[in-house]
Amino acid sequence: MSDQVNLTIDGVELSVPNGTLVVDAAKMIENPIPVFCYHPKMAPVGMCRMCLVEIGLPVRDRNSGEPVLNDDGTPQVSFRGLQTACTVQVSEGMVVRTTTEVVTKAREDVIEFLLTSHPLDCPICDKGGECPLQNLTMEHGKGTSRMDYSLKMKLDKHVPLGELIYLDRERCIQCGRCVRFQEEIVDDPVIRFHNRGRSLEIVTMSDPGFDSYWSGNTTDICPVGALTTADFRFGARPWELTPVATLSPHCPSGANMTFSTRREAKSGGRSVIKRIMPRQNEPVNEIWISDRDRFVHHFADAPDRLKKPLMRKNGQLVEVEWGEALDAVAGKLQQSGTAVAGLSGDRVSNEDMFLFQKLFRQGLKSHNIDLANRRLAGGDVVAKVGISQGSNLLNLGQGDAIVVIASDLHEEVPVWWLRVKQAAQRGAELVILNLRPTRLDECSRNVIHYQPGQAIATLRQLVNDAKVAAADADNSPIKAAADVIMQANNVVAFYGAEGLTYAETDAVARLLANLLLIKNEEAYAGRPNNGLIPVWPHNNTQGAWDMGIHPALEPGYKPAAKPGMRANEVYAAAQTGALKALFLLAADPIGDGLMAGRGQLDFLVVQELFLTETAAQADVVLPAQSWAEREGTFTSGERRVQRYYPAIQPVGEARPDWQILAQIGERVGLEKPAFAASLVFRDLAKAVPQYKGMDYRALARVEKQWPDVGGDDLYYGGNAYENRVGLGMQWPAAAESGAVDHFEVADVDSELPGKVVVVRTAALFTPGTLINHTELLQARMAQPTLIIQAADAAKLQLAQGEKVMVEVAGRGVETAVRLSEDTPEGVALLRGVPYQAGLTELKVMG
Amino acid sequence: MHKLEVYRANGGYEALQKVLNEYQPGEVIDIVKASGLRGRGGAGFPTGLKWSFIPKAPGEKYIVVNSDESEMGTFKDRELLEKNPHQVIEGAMIAAYAIGAKQIYNYMRGEFMGIGQHFEEALKACYDAGILGDNIFGTDFSCRMYGYYGAGAYICGEETALLSSLQGDLGQPWSKPPFPAIEGLYKKPTVVNNTETLANVPPIITNGADWYKSIGTAQSPGPKIVCLSGHVNNPGNYEVEMGMTFHELVYGENYGGGIRGGKKFKALLPSGGSGPVVKEDALKAPITYEGLTPYGSTVGSASVVVMDETTDMVWAALKMVHFFKHESCGKCTPCREGTFWMERLLHRIYEGHGTEQDLEVLQSVATQIKGKTLCALGEFAVNPVLSTIRHFFDEYKAKVQGGQKKVAAKTAVPTPTD
Ligand SMILES: Cc1cc2nc3c(=O)[nH]c(=O)nc-3n(C[C@H](O)[C@H](O)[C@H](O)COP(=O)(O)O)c2cc1C
Ligand code: SF4
Ligand code: SF4
Ligand code: FES
Repeated sequence: MSDQVNLTIDGVELSVPNGTLVVDAAKMIENPIPVFCYHPKMAPVGMCRMCLVEIGLPVRDRNSGEPVLNDDGTPQVSFRGLQTACTVQVSEGMVVRTTTEVVTKAREDVIEFLLTSHPLDCPICDKGGECPLQNLTMEHGKGTSRMDYSLKMKLDKHVPLGELIYLDRERCIQCGRCVRFQEEIVDDPVIRFHNRGRSLEIVTMSDPGFDSYWSGNTTDICPVGALTTADFRFGARPWELTPVATLSPHCPSGANMTFSTRREAKSGGRSVIKRIMPRQNEPVNEIWISDRDRFVHHFADAPDRLKKPLMRKNGQLVEVEWGEALDAVAGKLQQSGTAVAGLSGDRVSNEDMFLFQKLFRQGLKSHNIDLANRRLAGGDVVAKVGISQGSNLLNLGQGDAIVVIASDLHEEVPVWWLRVKQAAQRGAELVILNLRPTRLDECSRNVIHYQPGQAIATLRQLVNDAKVAAADADNSPIKAAADVIMQANNVVAFYGAEGLTYAETDAVARLLANLLLIKNEEAYAGRPNNGLIPVWPHNNTQGAWDMGIHPALEPGYKPAAKPGMRANEVYAAAQTGALKALFLLAADPIGDGLMAGRGQLDFLVVQELFLTETAAQADVVLPAQSWAEREGTFTSGERRVQRYYPAIQPVGEARPDWQILAQIGERVGLEKPAFAASLVFRDLAKAVPQYKGMDYRALARVEKQWPDVGGDDLYYGGNAYENRVGLGMQWPAAAESGAVDHFEVADVDSELPGKVVVVRTAALFTPGTLINHTELLQARMAQPTLIIQAADAAKLQLAQGEKVMVEVAGRGVETAVRLSEDTPEGVALLRGVPYQAGLTELKVMG
Repeated sequence: MHKLEVYRANGGYEALQKVLNEYQPGEVIDIVKASGLRGRGGAGFPTGLKWSFIPKAPGEKYIVVNSDESEMGTFKDRELLEKNPHQVIEGAMIAAYAIGAKQIYNYMRGEFMGIGQHFEEALKACYDAGILGDNIFGTDFSCRMYGYYGAGAYICGEETALLSSLQGDLGQPWSKPPFPAIEGLYKKPTVVNNTETLANVPPIITNGADWYKSIGTAQSPGPKIVCLSGHVNNPGNYEVEMGMTFHELVYGENYGGGIRGGKKFKALLPSGGSGPVVKEDALKAPITYEGLTPYGSTVGSASVVVMDETTDMVWAALKMVHFFKHESCGKCTPCREGTFWMERLLHRIYEGHGTEQDLEVLQSVATQIKGKTLCALGEFAVNPVLSTIRHFFDEYKAKVQGGQKKVAAKTAVPTPTD
């Protein structure tokens, strides 16, 4: 087999894929070669010289090319000094020696050199305990140094590279991992080496410093304590920390993370989250997380968390006992007959959502159940043609195509942006459709910027073009893109809601589904590494669809016999008095501008972490535990069901959402509540056929992942956490097990509301329930900005930097005008403002 | 000679015309191969062979002239660019034709900003005369050449560091492979040749490979410019026939003219700071790429620095190590940390505060760097230390035993700085 290569490492014969680096081959047989600069996620550079080994190649006869044999018949091997195992690829018959005296000596030597400039302040270093330099010094160092301490250099130890990341110049061993990560992996080359020799130092070249959504990852892969996050530095010692597996509470990628917790006297002996680090899950987020996820944990200490149930008495919300609150809620809901509705946020768990809809459907006989802020349609389409089980965006590359429509992945789901960008770097073709440029455009040869209002027409055209044979000349860009898609081996399609109404997103999902189904028997849909991925706005929007948080769909996408009211109907009914009682689970429609106020409601109950605008107007406020305090499951946009675990003790008397809902359920006549989230999951897995075969144990299954980073080995320790508690399970889309019919696509009206239309665009750092409590990120929060081209601005008499009030979701928001020629004519982009759907007319108020 | 008219009046650009009109690119490479021309940048790599590594497939390719010339005691490329820039341009264009390149960059050390003017003028004259540009001499060969100034770093003479710097990256070498011939400038096949190497090319074309081979020795054919400096009566650039002895160079009437002030010879650096120092016995060696092998040294780019009996060899070693420490790019550990450490040790020994143990450590640090660095600079840096210890151990011994302090230091001694 030509794609496997046989070699020998320290007498052990092995066969590895062609192209494997010697250093990786050795790691595969658990005979690791020490490294500092090498990182399996990045191209080797051979800088630190730690991985020097002896590499021999078989001697070949000059004339015949045949291997020359020793007297004993073994092939003759010639060795050429020391070579870096990280830069040399395996070759047939190679012999690697890692235990000889020269190699051992070389390791000692390199360690000694590194330590001549290292401050050895391990006792106060954040990395101490999970530091590759410390580990490898213990393993391969001599234990002494001949360097006179007084000859060392003294350098700055607290250099801020922006407000999030600090550099300790003395500790830096110049391995370049941070610089290479920023350049090679995330394409934000905002830090670099400056100077030379022993003066080589990392500097930031951006304003604000280290301006990248990924900056925190450099602190993980830094093999020493040179880079630290502003909030963890000097915060705790790694060995005092307990790792607890968790998931991103923001984005639908389902990014795996780990809380590092410690019990602290100053918190009354409670566990405190000291930091968040990535947890390896190669098909999900590999070992990378964005800074929004990394720095989110500060909300846990927020003093204004709700700690006890509140009830309105004499016009005031006052603290009450749980029993009183639950009785009141159950009683009021029952009294309201079917004039009740339940609206949920999309950040709570599957267990919570399942019991929420059960409370309404079974307990209160009401189908008025919906997401409080439904932005993106197509969950039912995804159930049929969603990305298949066993897919991994890492597998996409040359010969594959990825479609992204109406989404700015970089701002919405950075992990997906990263993986799509990397697929493009591996050769995958990207087809990008949007009404304005987004960051992914630079990786794509097929960018289509449609006119405002033309999203559906454009996509429809693309699908029609895809149905006819490839044209070779005079291709319109749309036809060219269609051809690229139809010629691809695998096709993954992402769709978002930027500039689209809910109805339009439904049409988009259906059109994309039809695209994935064009080839009928050989359709892309249903095959691994193919299918549709919705760019859901939240971490568990997918779960909401699965659990039946939908007025017309019961759990498992079963059509409801009698559909209930949709969220916007609920908000309207609250104003008219047609609705008597409203239950809001983790939602703040008043704060979000979706509901004018409590209107004519008799009874409003809010289950929340904080006293939101809506909660402040409620009759009963039920304090819920955050996801850090309890367990549960989220389902990602790739339909991967994953578990998260309790990391810290609950705040006050807060209870898990599912438990509160079960206790209310019991009071309205449902069965006795389950006493564990795992049991709720068992029930929901019975109700949702797609979740068949899943339970908490199956979700916790792990397998060996490659590359072998994370964990507590000496080499990549402190890089990420090993995944010990679950890779999760994807549920199968219908197309995987049988033919799926093409979808009907309704005509969607696309009349433009005005001369200049407003499109609300996403920004990663947008205020949110959790992230608002991270002081550190406040300076990076997207400020309300109106981005418009100069010609349009002139017509509207707007000037660069001017502050103007514009209408966003019915309210006035003060925004700063920014002129940008990237903005298409007739379009104004609104960034850093609350969500609003579709295109609206630009209304500048006073 | 730096004027185009003068150069052309002396047969300038005829070699280029001949090549364009008479030879296929492959034939040019064969002629250069047959001439035995070896790189004048230090490593002595056969030039024709280097050109033949460039893939034949069409596509962007580059010739890069290495005029970084930062080795201690080297000043030959400077003179070439100043006095005879056209010969370098012509050689580079022939090379470009041979490998199929259309772009040539001349990378000059930043300090050449002034003298580079001659070169820039020469370039302009060529463009004006249609020697550079499109359809040169009416053929379908088109070629452009540009001058570029580095920021003054020795490491940028190393070919991959030079290419990084030329691309606008930090001037640090990369680990080879990839070799520049396959992935060089902007990841395209690139030949990096020393200025002097390329200046040898036009006469080879004009007079033929056999003529060239008739000069010099079998393994080191051709003439070589030697930069002679130090304690000799007549320092300067000398073009010598390879094979001439170092003795002739130092003492010959037409060359060094003997040691300054009639002092006694003590030691000689054959290739600036980067090759091991040799003693008097090596004077009988021929100036060739192989000649110094028995003496444990190499000729490198032939920057010969002569030291007389008054020279403090510890001081000399310190000066050189200071240079390498200062010029280390810092990319790889052994060189970055090792040169730094060696300098501090040497300084202490030189100052008379060193101990026997310091001397031992110094030797061992130098040995420890050897064979482990990413590029050759690190290897160079240990040469002054190990060779002076080898040949002049007594002087070190005397210093660490406190007997002799600060002998004959006439030049400022570098104090370790960070
Ligand atoms: C540290 C270092 C410095 C160098 N400096 C120069 C230089 O200044 N000029 C030069 O031509 N070659 C220099 N070289 C050699 C180049 O890497 C390269 O071998 C040479 O330019 C090739 O040209 P040639 O084959 O014509 O000699 C240096 C090499 C090293 C390792
Ligand atoms: S800061 Fe850390 S990752 Fe960056 S070069 Fe220094 S040691 Fe390497
Ligand atoms: S040997 Fe010195 S100059 Fe060369 S790469 Fe290493 S640090 Fe840089
Ligand atoms: S040189 Fe191979 S790991 Fe650094």
